[in-house]
Amino acid sequence: MKARVTVTLKSGILDPQGKAIEGALKSLGIAGVASVRQGKVFDIEIEGRDRKAAQAALEQAADKLLANSLIENYQVELK
Amino acid sequence: MNSAVVVFPGINRERDMARALRLASGCEPAMVWHADTALPGGTDLVVVPGGFSYGDYLRCGAIAARAPIMDAVRAHAGRGGLVLGVCNGFQILCEAGLLPGVLMRNTAMKFICRDVYLRIERSDTPFTRGYNAGQVIRVPVAHGEGNYIADDATIARLEGEGRVLFRYADPGGALDPAWNVNGATNAIAGVLNEGGNVLGLMPHPENHVEAVLGPTDGRGLFAGLVDHFKQAA
Amino acid sequence: MIAGDRGLPNRASCVNDTKSTAMAPTSNKSSTRARKKPPAPRPKRRPKAGKRAKVSPALIAAHGLTAEEYQRILALMGREPSITELGIFSAMWNEHCSYKSSKIHLRMLPTKAPWVIQGPGENAGVIDIGDGLAVVFKMESHNHPSYIEPYQGAATGVGGILRDVFTMGARPIACLNALSFGAPTHPQTRHLLAGVVAGIGGYGNSFGVPTVGGSVRFHTRYDGNCLVNAMAVGLAPRDKIFYAAASGVGMPIVYLGSKTGRDGIHGATMASAEFGEGTEEKRPTVQVGDPFAEKLLLEACLEIMAKDCVIAIQDMGAAGLTCSAVEMGAKGDLGVTLDLDAVPCRESGMSAYEMMLSESQERMLMVLKPEKEREAEAIFRKWGLDFAVIGKTTPTKRFVVRHGGNVMADLPIKELGDEAPVYDRPHVESPKKPVLTAADVAPPVATADALLRLIGSPDLCSRRWVWEQYDHVILGNTVQRPGGDAAVVRINDGPKALALTTDVTPRYCEADPFEGGKQAVAEAWRNLTAVGARPLALTDNLNFGNPERPEIMGQLVGAIHGIADACEALEFPVVSGNVSLYNETNGRAILPTPTIGGVGLLEDFTKSTSLAFKREEEAILLVGETAGWLGQSLYLRDICEREEGAPPPVDLAVERANGDFVRALIAEGIASAAHDVSDGGLLPAIAEMAMASGIGAELDRPPVAAHAFWFGEDQARYVVTVAPGVAETVLARARAAGVPARQLGLTGGDALTLEGERPILVAKLRERFEGWLAAYMAGEPA
Repeated sequence: MKARVTVTLKSGILDPQGKAIEGALKSLGIAGVASVRQGKVFDIEIEGRDRKAAQAALEQAADKLLANSLIENYQVELK
Repeated sequence: MNSAVVVFPGINRERDMARALRLASGCEPAMVWHADTALPGGTDLVVVPGGFSYGDYLRCGAIAARAPIMDAVRAHAGRGGLVLGVCNGFQILCEAGLLPGVLMRNTAMKFICRDVYLRIERSDTPFTRGYNAGQVIRVPVAHGEGNYIADDATIARLEGEGRVLFRYADPGGALDPAWNVNGATNAIAGVLNEGGNVLGLMPHPENHVEAVLGPTDGRGLFAGLVDHFKQAA
Repeated sequence: MIAGDRGLPNRASCVNDTKSTAMAPTSNKSSTRARKKPPAPRPKRRPKAGKRAKVSPALIAAHGLTAEEYQRILALMGREPSITELGIFSAMWNEHCSYKSSKIHLRMLPTKAPWVIQGPGENAGVIDIGDGLAVVFKMESHNHPSYIEPYQGAATGVGGILRDVFTMGARPIACLNALSFGAPTHPQTRHLLAGVVAGIGGYGNSFGVPTVGGSVRFHTRYDGNCLVNAMAVGLAPRDKIFYAAASGVGMPIVYLGSKTGRDGIHGATMASAEFGEGTEEKRPTVQVGDPFAEKLLLEACLEIMAKDCVIAIQDMGAAGLTCSAVEMGAKGDLGVTLDLDAVPCRESGMSAYEMMLSESQERMLMVLKPEKEREAEAIFRKWGLDFAVIGKTTPTKRFVVRHGGNVMADLPIKELGDEAPVYDRPHVESPKKPVLTAADVAPPVATADALLRLIGSPDLCSRRWVWEQYDHVILGNTVQRPGGDAAVVRINDGPKALALTTDVTPRYCEADPFEGGKQAVAEAWRNLTAVGARPLALTDNLNFGNPERPEIMGQLVGAIHGIADACEALEFPVVSGNVSLYNETNGRAILPTPTIGGVGLLEDFTKSTSLAFKREEEAILLVGETAGWLGQSLYLRDICEREEGAPPPVDLAVERANGDFVRALIAEGIASAAHDVSDGGLLPAIAEMAMASGIGAELDRPPVAAHAFWFGEDQARYVVTVAPGVAETVLARARAAGVPARQLGLTGGDALTLEGERPILVAKLRERFEGWLAAYMAGEPA
């Protein structure tokens, strides 16, 4: 099973990279960019077919390692 | 003082730290491998040195914080043992939950290596007894992510409990955003845990300990620790 | 984004980073990560494994081989090569492995001295520094990849040169670099500088080696071709140096490090592969550096070397597996058989051709002692690195590559290197320029204004913005940090130390390649001398345009002759180097840039001196003659806006005498500060000494026209300070030694005070000096 975990900064946490990207997009003249927040994407292959177990394993992975709960949120997506 | 320096793959300031510990204590520190599960018997001080553990590839310190040896470090801290984390070591201790807060990207968005001035906030701790409160020391930083942040309640608590030991300051000791090298909240360069036995510090006192190479302001930290254990013995 | 801006990467004028560990005529060294071939028509079908593809003229051209070179291959083989074999030949016979354009001239370079352990021809040069220790060092370019992707290009350049050093058994103790960028006003310059500096820092900082020195220059002639020359220096036990030559038949050949992907397989492969949907994703040509993996590789290699497991070792650089395996066999007079099925791959379905030409980073090839194979494997596993036996040495002197049950290549191993073409390309000497005198140059502004402008100009201003992004204090041995004449790095716990520098003055080389070549060596020698070190040896990185143009070839030949003369006269041999040709765009070549990386030894680092004034009221002495040479000076270029004239000549006998005199003053503790006089001339040199300390100076009226005296770039000069009481003795000693010297004035105050001029505050100088680069990189107009 293919899965994707997306990790993003919690709102309110300063995101200097996002700000820099936002500035770059604006200077490239890309219209309508109001703001940018950047994050990370993890594409993970899960063995087996048990979606429930997979969801649990991925949440555990995100909680324990992939995201730092002090500053980051995550979202698990099973395909 | 028996010290143990924890080495994770990608750590690269372990030799600098070992030299500073040796010069201060006269004892060679034990180098402890990340895959080990126990610290050497009789360890007084555990040091998590600087570097780029695991390439800093997920978040700085995140992977090292989950290495086998960290359970032993946690246990040592839980018994009241002293733990010092410098630079990447500070990041690892935060990720491991031994210290509050997070070290974010420097506000200038660049790695910065330069000498900075630190104001010592308290001298009544094992880590700062070699200095006087209010003293200003000059030590180098070398990091890309040293901007300390925590939620308002945590910051308030750290300040209220006097757990900020080092702050970035100007050469006279005054706080000034221009001298806050990475933009850290309240110019925090080093913090203590609740128990007062775990210190995280971004700059590198271990690189300023030899007069033949320049300033020696880093010595106070190591000399103070040696005194602490001498007195305890 | 960068590539797209200019229609890169497949532009017609090709840029080639040629590597020569290999300055010695017989050795061909693989590696260097930078290769770029001209674009070529794509064949319709991808050649199938094992099958003989029809070798068309287009395919030959796509591999950078000429028709004559292909005929040579046919004659050597007695049959048509397979596609894999053609790829192997193209890798071994391209400029960068074979030095076919430069080889006959590189033979001119002096490479020997009693302290030289290993000259050109190995991964890096090795010199003896006593106490059972050897210094291993080399410089190498990564120009084109850095232009395409500045961060990764520069990062992998640093990674490659570090590998060259630790491959020989040395622990890296310092890195340096020499960077050339286009005019500050060029739209790419800021982006390239930011990316290159971040890449160098990103790799070196993470790997854990201090980047202690370097140079940065700007000139419009680098607009289309930036130069990134990286140097690494390591320390090894004198009797434990590891080499590339295999020995013994049937010995296991082991692949170590990261997995192989399709990184860095350039034009030639593009032309030989099928294109279709998703091809872009499948074929990264930008090599990505992994300093974490390299750090592990370092520790693992040094550990198995200490355990005496290694017979031979070779870094996989450009066309990695091909060049490293061929070299190990050829140098050891042995054959090599590789089984590609055992190669650890990062991607599926890689062909033999791709595996043989991949430039994936952080990989090594080793010949192990068979009885130590398990021990070595355990060490590599401990560090989490790939370890695979992928072949063995054979008695046949054939290079045999097997894949999927088929023999994909079967070639004579010695001939792959030895029979590579060598060209004596036509070359013409650069026309001599007229000598300008001070009278030919009217000073357009007052001395104070000229100084303030020069000190804040792109080429002379502070590089703090750059070197603050490099960890220059890690390892705890940096005695002199960036910003001085040479970096000083303590060896172990001292008292010995190394002095390290990179230098070249390309505008001199352009005006007169021979004098420019001499000057580059002399300047590096002078930098080392100015911190009190005895210069021992150098590494050179020869960056030039297209050698097929006689005037460019003339620059290369002239510079090599100049370098050779200076090396000879100064007893400063070349022990390693690299040649990078084809640095040009649309027929416009870079300035000839033969970068010199110098290494010197201090017996006691506590006796080294820095350029900062130490005390007030000290005598400021000038060692060396000043006629006021303004031709090709920065004053002429930046203040008078004239790039003309002959460059200052270097009298090598005078150079040596003056340098030996200054070095003795430093060693005896007489000189409290010392600084060599270079770009910008005397007054900028004094200003730098003042800015480093905050102490000003009072300077006497000059004996010749002020602008020529203060800003002329006469060679072989140093400014030293001594206690006022000994100034006369020192001057008398200079006279006795036949060394020109004079007192310029006294240190003191908070300004530079020139008789007959308005005082210039040191604080004002600092503001100018520190201002330009930081402001420019913050986005202010150039």
